[in-house]
Amino acid sequence: MNLTPIQLRRRRGVFSMAILSLASLIGFGFLQKNTAPVTFRFVLEKEWVAIHEWTLDSRSGSYGFSAAALLISLWAFFQFRRDKKVHVQSALGGFSLLMAFMCWAASGKMIPFTGLLQGALLLSVPLIFGSMAGVLCERSGVINIAIEGQLLASAFAAGVVASLTKNTTWGLLVAPLAGALISLILATFAIKFSIDQVILGFVINVLVIGMTNFLYKKLLIPYQNTWNSGPILKPIEIPLLSKIPVLGPIFFSQTIIVYLMYAIVLAIHFSLFKTKWGLRTRAIGEHPTAADSVGISVNSLRFKNVIIAGLVAGIGGAYFTVGAVGAFGKEMTAGKGFIALAALIFGRWSPLGAVMAALLFGFADNLQGILSITGTPIPSEFMLMAPYIATIIAVTGFVGRVRAPAADGIPYSRESSH
Amino acid sequence: MKNRFAHFWRSVKLPLLAFTLAILSGGLLIAFSDPKVIALWKSPGKLLSEGFLVAIKAYEALFQGSIFDMNLTHKRFINGFYPLSETFTVAAPLILTALSVTLAFRAGLFNIGAQGQFIFGAIGASYVGFHFSLPPVIHILAAIAFALVLSGLWGGLVGLLKARTGAHEVIVTIMLNYVASYFLLWLLSTTTFLRKGRQDPIAPEVQENAQLPRLAGDSFRVNFAIIIALLVAWGIAVLLKRTTWGFQFRAVGANTLAAKTAGMSVPFVMTSVMVICGALAGLGGAVQILGSEHALTAGAAGSFGFDAITVALLGRAQPVGTVLAAILFAALRAGGLTMQANTTTPIDIVLVIQALVVLFIAAPTLVRAVFRLKNVKTTSDMTAKGWNG
Repeated sequence: MNLTPIQLRRRRGVFSMAILSLASLIGFGFLQKNTAPVTFRFVLEKEWVAIHEWTLDSRSGSYGFSAAALLISLWAFFQFRRDKKVHVQSALGGFSLLMAFMCWAASGKMIPFTGLLQGALLLSVPLIFGSMAGVLCERSGVINIAIEGQLLASAFAAGVVASLTKNTTWGLLVAPLAGALISLILATFAIKFSIDQVILGFVINVLVIGMTNFLYKKLLIPYQNTWNSGPILKPIEIPLLSKIPVLGPIFFSQTIIVYLMYAIVLAIHFSLFKTKWGLRTRAIGEHPTAADSVGISVNSLRFKNVIIAGLVAGIGGAYFTVGAVGAFGKEMTAGKGFIALAALIFGRWSPLGAVMAALLFGFADNLQGILSITGTPIPSEFMLMAPYIATIIAVTGFVGRVRAPAADGIPYSRESSH
Repeated sequence: MKNRFAHFWRSVKLPLLAFTLAILSGGLLIAFSDPKVIALWKSPGKLLSEGFLVAIKAYEALFQGSIFDMNLTHKRFINGFYPLSETFTVAAPLILTALSVTLAFRAGLFNIGAQGQFIFGAIGASYVGFHFSLPPVIHILAAIAFALVLSGLWGGLVGLLKARTGAHEVIVTIMLNYVASYFLLWLLSTTTFLRKGRQDPIAPEVQENAQLPRLAGDSFRVNFAIIIALLVAWGIAVLLKRTTWGFQFRAVGANTLAAKTAGMSVPFVMTSVMVICGALAGLGGAVQILGSEHALTAGAAGSFGFDAITVALLGRAQPVGTVLAAILFAALRAGGLTMQANTTTPIDIVLVIQALVVLFIAAPTLVRAVFRLKNVKTTSDMTAKGWNG
């Protein structure tokens, strides 16, 4: 039987899920000596019906969820045999494995489940904006490793402007412009001067880190009251929706930035795959020569998309200051731009894939934070490594190789096209 | 002879002009971010003269902190050169780390992972340095050898993954840098590495036998590391220019397909290049610990791995250029500290200058336009390759 690449990938996915489930059954269940109960708390006090707590024995929890994951793998295998998609099964299997892990790791402790998910969403916000900026650039053939710089510059701009005007709206409006300014440098040097985009992105990051650190020490610290004490956006509760148990407070009691994020993700996904602009964008990212031959102006569309990417990343940057803590801090993006890049790659350069990866990374980050307070069997440093190792595994293709858009990073000019 | 000079001049003209332009732009930033200067906005004449003064003062402090300081000469004249010793102390690990990036560039690879490789070198050197008691010389050699093994393996992993699976080295090394930093943090929380009686992440000091000897007496920190760095730079130049191995590196870098057709084993070349690159950056980490720091800390690697990239780019991926660029940036680093202490100019202006230099070099058109030049040698080492290339 000859399998297509997609089928091969699916088969590898199903098999790795089954192996992971077995490992979890043995590692978290069989070898687990601790039987202290683990408690999941669900309440955040805003819902209609409060589901309060759920306590279960740690070892039986691990056994139960691992066994469930194993059954789901089996289900996925039958789906694969019938040549059907296994998305639902992968999601369910992954969830069961995570639960099994949590039962093991938090034995004898309490996990604030709703808080865990809410925190995970908040930690994912800049990652999602950053990875969307990455999607826009890289789908049109421009490598963007300057996401970190875009986030940092716009966080700075939003914080300073909101502080000077004492108005969050101004901060929120200026942030995308700052992101777009960084994009302008990226686009000009990458498209006009055809400079290696990886080097360029790297240098832009250094430039932004240097600039913001410099101004932070020179102006923001000595004149904190005027320059660095910006107000914070208030959460907006969406009527009815915010009262849904568990999900309501997580998704519908957030600041405007999070609602903008929902809209932007959907807009990018829809436009990339259903509109003329999207088709053109994907064409110049995969095969610019062909796109040019049908009359698409490759470089001007690339330029435009890189600028839009900057606007999007800028809103994500605003989240750090006006969306969260108000004041700007030195290098406050702390590598989030690179995790966004990882999410973009892990999500196979697709908008929804990147969002899923960003949510997963945000979840891992928050789980790590909660477990490091309560104390765990695994050092928190190793949990912090997880997103990076997952991305390396993804690019090396042990579980299903990811591929960048074919023309990603290659400048286009008619003379040198191949 | 005249021809050689002209050639030399042509290859340094662009970096020099780019550097001048970056220093000027940095000066503007220093001047016009100063509250005293901004307060004079109503009278443009005073504004400009005050701004000029502020910038000159900052750069004067930069010079005092990196080369020669008159204020230190009242006891002994030679003490005035203390800043120069600092510059060369910083330069040694920077040269080695930048050579790692340079060598990778020549083989067509972009080694963003120097930071992680530096960390593993520092870990290896520190462990042998504090954990064992060995005779003089041998202790140093053992510490360096272990550092080279660890960092070589860490770097080689990248080459192996690229050769076997096609995983892009930039993506892999960005991720591995974070893995290395977290690994270091974890290591410094274990009982083996955490210094007794300390809570903050710091390892025990390396034993005296493992410390690199100082070159100019105890009052100057400059040590044997700079000699190691210069020797290694010379070695890399010879390797690239005069050996078959070096030729293979360059051939793979110039055209992978042609190299393959010519019968070279591309996977072997890629892996061995990355092993050497890893070891070079790791040697940087080792001399940083054995030469000047003496104890491993969470911040031991500073930003060496990242500065190394700007250094290699300014040095146009040539060993000699890399050495000169590293000394220049080390001077900026060392001087930046004094500048930050003596004037109100933060050291981070150095990062801005570094980034601008590389941007200006990368876009010769820009520099040519500013200085109205005609024939400046343009670069070819920054032409773009994609994620899949």
